[in-house]
Amino acid sequence: MNNTKSIAAGAVMLCGVLAAPFASAATTLESVKEKGHLQCGVTSGLPGFSQPDDKGNWTGIDVDTCRAVAAAIFGDAQAVEFTPLTAKERLTALQSGEIDVLSRNTTWTLTRDASLGLNFTGTNYYDGQGFLINKELGVDDATELNGATICIQAGTTTELNLSDYFRAKGMEYQPIVFDTSEQTVQGFAAGRCDVLTSDRSQLAALRSKLTDPSSAKILPNTISKEPLGPVVRQGDDQWFNIVKWVLFAQINAEELGITSDNVDKMLKSDNPNVQRLLGTDGDMGAKLGLPDDFGYQIVKLVGNYGEMYNRNVGPDTPLGLDRGLNALWTEGGIMYAPPLR
Amino acid sequence: MKKQTTESRPAGPKPWYDPRVRSLVFQVVAIALVFWGGWTLVDNTLSNMENRGISTGFGFLKETAGFGIIMSLVPYDATMTYGRTFFVGLMNTLLVSAMGVVTATILGFIIGVARLSRNWLVAKLALVYIEVIRNIPLLLQIFFWYFAVLGSLPSPRQSVEVGGSFFLNNRGLYLPEPMTQEGFGLVWGAVIVAIVAVIGLRAWAKKRQLATGQIFPTFRVGIAILVILPVVAYLSAGAPLEWELPALKGFNFAGGITIIPELAALWIALSLYTASFIAEIVRSGILSVSKGQTEAAKALGLPGGLTLRLVVIPQAMRVIIPPLTSQYLNLTKNSSLATAIGYPDLVAVFMGTTLNQTGQAVEVVAITMAVYLTISLLISLFMNIYNRAVAIKER
Repeated sequence: MNNTKSIAAGAVMLCGVLAAPFASAATTLESVKEKGHLQCGVTSGLPGFSQPDDKGNWTGIDVDTCRAVAAAIFGDAQAVEFTPLTAKERLTALQSGEIDVLSRNTTWTLTRDASLGLNFTGTNYYDGQGFLINKELGVDDATELNGATICIQAGTTTELNLSDYFRAKGMEYQPIVFDTSEQTVQGFAAGRCDVLTSDRSQLAALRSKLTDPSSAKILPNTISKEPLGPVVRQGDDQWFNIVKWVLFAQINAEELGITSDNVDKMLKSDNPNVQRLLGTDGDMGAKLGLPDDFGYQIVKLVGNYGEMYNRNVGPDTPLGLDRGLNALWTEGGIMYAPPLR
Repeated sequence: MKKQTTESRPAGPKPWYDPRVRSLVFQVVAIALVFWGGWTLVDNTLSNMENRGISTGFGFLKETAGFGIIMSLVPYDATMTYGRTFFVGLMNTLLVSAMGVVTATILGFIIGVARLSRNWLVAKLALVYIEVIRNIPLLLQIFFWYFAVLGSLPSPRQSVEVGGSFFLNNRGLYLPEPMTQEGFGLVWGAVIVAIVAVIGLRAWAKKRQLATGQIFPTFRVGIAILVILPVVAYLSAGAPLEWELPALKGFNFAGGITIIPELAALWIALSLYTASFIAEIVRSGILSVSKGQTEAAKALGLPGGLTLRLVVIPQAMRVIIPPLTSQYLNLTKNSSLATAIGYPDLVAVFMGTTLNQTGQAVEVVAITMAVYLTISLLISLFMNIYNRAVAIKER
């Protein structure tokens, strides 16, 4: 059924590409303002990144990235509608104009950036691919995986990374490719494979779905770089800049110590960097085609990058992920934004 | 003069009232509209994609694929092209479809006949089978066979073992692989000779029966020829065959032939599901042969088996073949559910990983649709040819 669904969705998208007239007639910003909301492509359910809670509200770091864009444009973080997409559908949905922004833990690669008519606007999570393995097998390092059977979820960059890693190490493996993460975990639990591979941010969540999570462990190796970030269509530079600088504003806000709690107090700050970000000085917003207080709205309604991280995937959440690479550059990570001036 | 000639010919209707002209015009207009529609669609797509900087064309088929596939009937590794992945997926789809068609047909015929059995228990069992299996969605059945079977099988280190050469565990069924050595060509030659001999024998026996009325046991003698000739050739060539045994190496068994559980689950589910439909088709076919035919055969003194084989089945086939064709088409198309349990069929490999890595959705979806269309049309073609052979011959 999943399969027929994705075929149907593929066909719908195909029609979208075929029939959509020249959507670039109006700019994306204009059309978003006219609709009154942002259309944002997310996953159909990935803990910490984008999934609906028990009341049907979407939550997650990818969701908040979209909410920040809506806050910047409308001053309303709720002015977003979410389109759940499978990994196969996501890029086509963006190309065909069905969504305005794709924020669906999508890895930034050259092929996607250069040959699909898309632009990555930045990185909201630095991830890497890792392995989940049954403890019984007594393996402590990925270099001992020669000959292993590996469960993979379809429609990700994972398959290619895995193949590259094993080829580089001169090892053999057998891939079993499942359609959804649920089936991948089931296959792993049923013993169909020795190892499950996915982005490290996902392994913890997937492990928690096992009947006995302590029976499996995550290997220390990271075999790939997976910078995940929002994507927009090529050919609309204004929109590209907006999505790019919304994320940069969140990172800069964390660096400047502005949080959703103290942002009102910060409005009276003497620091020119803070004044520019919150729009009390300069016309940063106007340059992007946004209200001048867009930075204030983002931080007030969604929070700075650190708040967004801790709320969704941080140490106090079920995912329990340390900041690691995603810490600010001033704190040992690589999260760095160009200056907002 | 001029006036006279025009008057002497009966004046035809005006062209716009002439039915022939009209129908011609309408057909031309209809064709033009269809072509215009098709052209606009293609042209619009291409220019839209170009405007958005999306690469188009089929050049990607020559690029390196770079991902692994668990099962391949043709040599494949990650350094080969996307074109090769297409071929691997296609072969896997054809394999499971062909296996499914064969077993579903055999099973369907057995259950269809059992459904009509005079034995109460057999008939009711067949009825229950049909009603249960055909009323449960196929995807659920595939999941059932996959996870039920996987869950009950042991891990590779506790494999079920038969004579040190057959192993069964939750990674698959491992069989010894025959490796032909030098001199095996003789055996192939013997097989061909045996087949030719059996065809000749059949023609001779038929001719003799027509001339003298004597029946020659063609079936039994034929089987004997088919077995004995190759065996004699095999032994006289010095048994040129070695078996490569699977052996546990690290995580898994290596060597020999592997039947992966995904293939097994998909095959079982497709066969059982389609067999339940085929059984009903077979039943309807047999019931369509009027009772008078059977009674006439009995009156002539034909035994039960011969009545079924020579009188009932040939007439039933005329009713069975057309709906059977649709079942074969369904089975082939249903095989695309493979992707749910990770069997690397065309949809999983090509419309899944390849599409995702290249991002060329329009081309990949179009190719995949074209392939299923071609397979289905070919099945229809062959079944129609067969149907024409068994159809009633009006003389």
